[in-house]
Amino acid sequence: MELGPYLILASLEGAVTAAVLALTAVGLSLVFGVMRVVNIAHGEFFMLGAVIAWFIAHSLGGHPAVGFAVALVAAPLIVGAIAVAADMTILKRVDYDPERTIVATIGLLYIIQQLALMTYGPDARPVEAPFNTRIALPWFERGEGGWQMIWPWGLGTTTYKLAVIGAAVAVLLGVWLLMKRTRIGLVMRATQADRDMALAFGIPVERVYAMVFGMGAALAALAAVLIVPIQQAHYLMGADPLLLSFIVVIIGGLGSLPGTVLAAVLIGLSDGIISVFFSPTLAKILATLLVGLVLVFRPEGLAGKRGA
Amino acid sequence: MSLLSTRALSKHFGGLQAVEDVTMAVPEGEVRALIGPNGAGKTTLVGMISGRIAPSSGQVHFDGADVTALPAHKRILRGMAYTFQITSVFERLPAGENVALAARRRLKGTQVTDAVAGALDRVGLAHLADHEAGDLSYGHQRLLEIAMGLVQQPRLLILDEPTQGLTDSEITNFKALVRDLAGKTTILLIEHNMSVVMETADQVTVLNFGAVLAEGTPDEIRADRDVQAAYLGTG
Amino acid sequence: MSTGAKVMALHGGVLVLLFVLQFILPAYHHGNLARIMVLASYAVGYNILFGYTGLLSLGHALFFAAGMYGMGLGIQHLDLSVAPALLAGVLAGAVVSTALALLALRTSGVAFMIVTLMFAQAGYLTVLYFGEFTRGDEGFVIQQAQRVLWGIDLSDPTNRYFAALILFALSLLASLWLVRRPFGKTLVAIRENEERVRMLGYDTYKHKLMAMVISGTISAAAGAAYGLLFGYAGASFASVQYSIFPLLWVLLGGAGTVLGPFVGTLFMFYLIDLSSGITTAYMLIAGVVLVLLTLFAPQGLIGELRNRLWRWLP
Repeated sequence: MELGPYLILASLEGAVTAAVLALTAVGLSLVFGVMRVVNIAHGEFFMLGAVIAWFIAHSLGGHPAVGFAVALVAAPLIVGAIAVAADMTILKRVDYDPERTIVATIGLLYIIQQLALMTYGPDARPVEAPFNTRIALPWFERGEGGWQMIWPWGLGTTTYKLAVIGAAVAVLLGVWLLMKRTRIGLVMRATQADRDMALAFGIPVERVYAMVFGMGAALAALAAVLIVPIQQAHYLMGADPLLLSFIVVIIGGLGSLPGTVLAAVLIGLSDGIISVFFSPTLAKILATLLVGLVLVFRPEGLAGKRGA
Repeated sequence: MSLLSTRALSKHFGGLQAVEDVTMAVPEGEVRALIGPNGAGKTTLVGMISGRIAPSSGQVHFDGADVTALPAHKRILRGMAYTFQITSVFERLPAGENVALAARRRLKGTQVTDAVAGALDRVGLAHLADHEAGDLSYGHQRLLEIAMGLVQQPRLLILDEPTQGLTDSEITNFKALVRDLAGKTTILLIEHNMSVVMETADQVTVLNFGAVLAEGTPDEIRADRDVQAAYLGTG
Repeated sequence: MSTGAKVMALHGGVLVLLFVLQFILPAYHHGNLARIMVLASYAVGYNILFGYTGLLSLGHALFFAAGMYGMGLGIQHLDLSVAPALLAGVLAGAVVSTALALLALRTSGVAFMIVTLMFAQAGYLTVLYFGEFTRGDEGFVIQQAQRVLWGIDLSDPTNRYFAALILFALSLLASLWLVRRPFGKTLVAIRENEERVRMLGYDTYKHKLMAMVISGTISAAAGAAYGLLFGYAGASFASVQYSIFPLLWVLLGGAGTVLGPFVGTLFMFYLIDLSSGITTAYMLIAGVVLVLLTLFAPQGLIGELRNRLWRWLP
């Protein structure tokens, strides 16, 4: 394939990556923004979403759309509930001390990962997409008789991938509306701005924290359910989303939702395109170095000012 | 010859002007009190003098040199010592070790032990040397702060509200301590307790809304109408 | 007994005990203990930065691996003999830790943790990227013939045990000496209240820089020794897990105590050793221990001992 069609294909794949990444990263960003907690176990909530989706789809049988639809609702709810439980039993008890919560969430990471290994096993397993029609894309090329339309082999996408992008956009809009337009959002923003003040005004900060932690995890799980028909569910699949979400959240400015989404689109798209030119390992090296250097020299993020 | 002087020193945080155009000079050996209502910018001013806070504009001169660009620790090495307003001792270390940390900047080995014992004795805490600083009463922690300042044998000792939370008898001891140091050590004293100011200070500078309102001997300040209006009247 | 004498007696006693155990232990535990002493040296290095200076690094695998690969690649590709190879490993650790310190110490708190994590991850990926030389995840074996130092075969269990003991004794005594010196006491004060230390006239940045380089260099020495004594270097030693391990050991044994790193490593090693007979998911134990420690014993075993019984423990 020539470079032109290849780049289009890479951007399409990149857009799917960006959509899923935006959901996962917004979850991480929300938790960091409101609670000032760096959740190292975030990638494991993502993995749990995928694994639970597989369990549900596998045990329901029937048309793949049924299992998938149930998973789409149930997996984020279950993962959210697990996160709320973790918040109330662990994070609350270390009083959200930044360093101790990091150590505790590292512990949580291993617990979730290893429990998944013990129950789900070491295999990678797919979940069937509810619908998956191929859409071929045309390309224009200058041939002997002037410009002509051709259909390069391999250039195309599927209805499911487009649906993933659409779903992510819808959910992100929903989160944005929740934060900006509802009472719950107001309460969350008040808690983010000043915890003690929020407490003084009678906001049940502990319940807000539990809810935010659950919501952050549920967003990661939702992203995983969306991606699992394209990738497969595996107990170690949480590492990459964690790393990428970190990159996105840090570059987008810690705790800023619009910045996070922007950075996710940027990273998702460039991830696809960069891997055309570089080896994936080199791309990851550059990305991790970038995050480190941004934190050292521009801690407020590339996108600009601090805060949402 | 003044040991410490500031020239047109200003600091604003965003739109808020915390300290505005403060020019003052403290001669060697003087006890200078810095007074003013809450929020007048006293702590910000000594923060800029000691290097904790970077000024927006203006200069600080110490011992004949412009120290405006020096980081805090280098100013301390030149002979400043700073005791914190909000008690900031090392809570999980013994009182003696707190003072020893301050002493080890200029002393070594057994000299440290002797200097620590001496400084603790001067503030009346010798018997508490082995207690963890966090276990001491609030007043004792304040005295420990002062001991940490004394043991450095500074040329300029900056005391930020040293008597806050002390009992009457401790305040009496503190006054005696300052009078004892007077003439040998230059002292910049932020103080709310007027009896301490009147009995210990050679000169008083009054800050109001970040600017110098008046300067003079304690008696002159007591008689100053502007000061009475701005400060004494409300206090 | 004076405090100094008690401290010397306790730590000297531990080293003598380790020496004597060499003649008593059955082969299996003998081998384990050699491994534990090398890993505990790594933990001792980590403890200087985390326990005494209060800087939580999530990237020490970078230093451990710098030592291991500085040594291993030197032997494998430059045909160095053992002594210069070890030196190369230690130097690599010193250089890498200085470089990372210069960058990471511009940040603090959570940002410091993430910066160290990211650079260590970049280091791990670099090991994979240059798979041609490092053989990536698979790693490479250092042959028995290449592991002879001054005529002593380090692959022999007895020699290996002594080498591990010497390394551990050196790092333990270095750490003990350090924390009893004014420099070490200043580090503790920085951990407790950095701003106050600065206002006593100390250059806290320089102190933290020194602490990180010392910590990284000891970690690198442990990494180099590990590769040499057990004859293998692989990318997994550069992975996040090997940054988490020393944190776990130090937390378990007691951060900011001289003996804590060893006690923590010993406990954790046998905990995982015993549980790996039951399940392959042995990292579950590590996770549970981490969570329980943060919840119930943030001071660790030796830390609790110090709080309850022996207040003089360094």
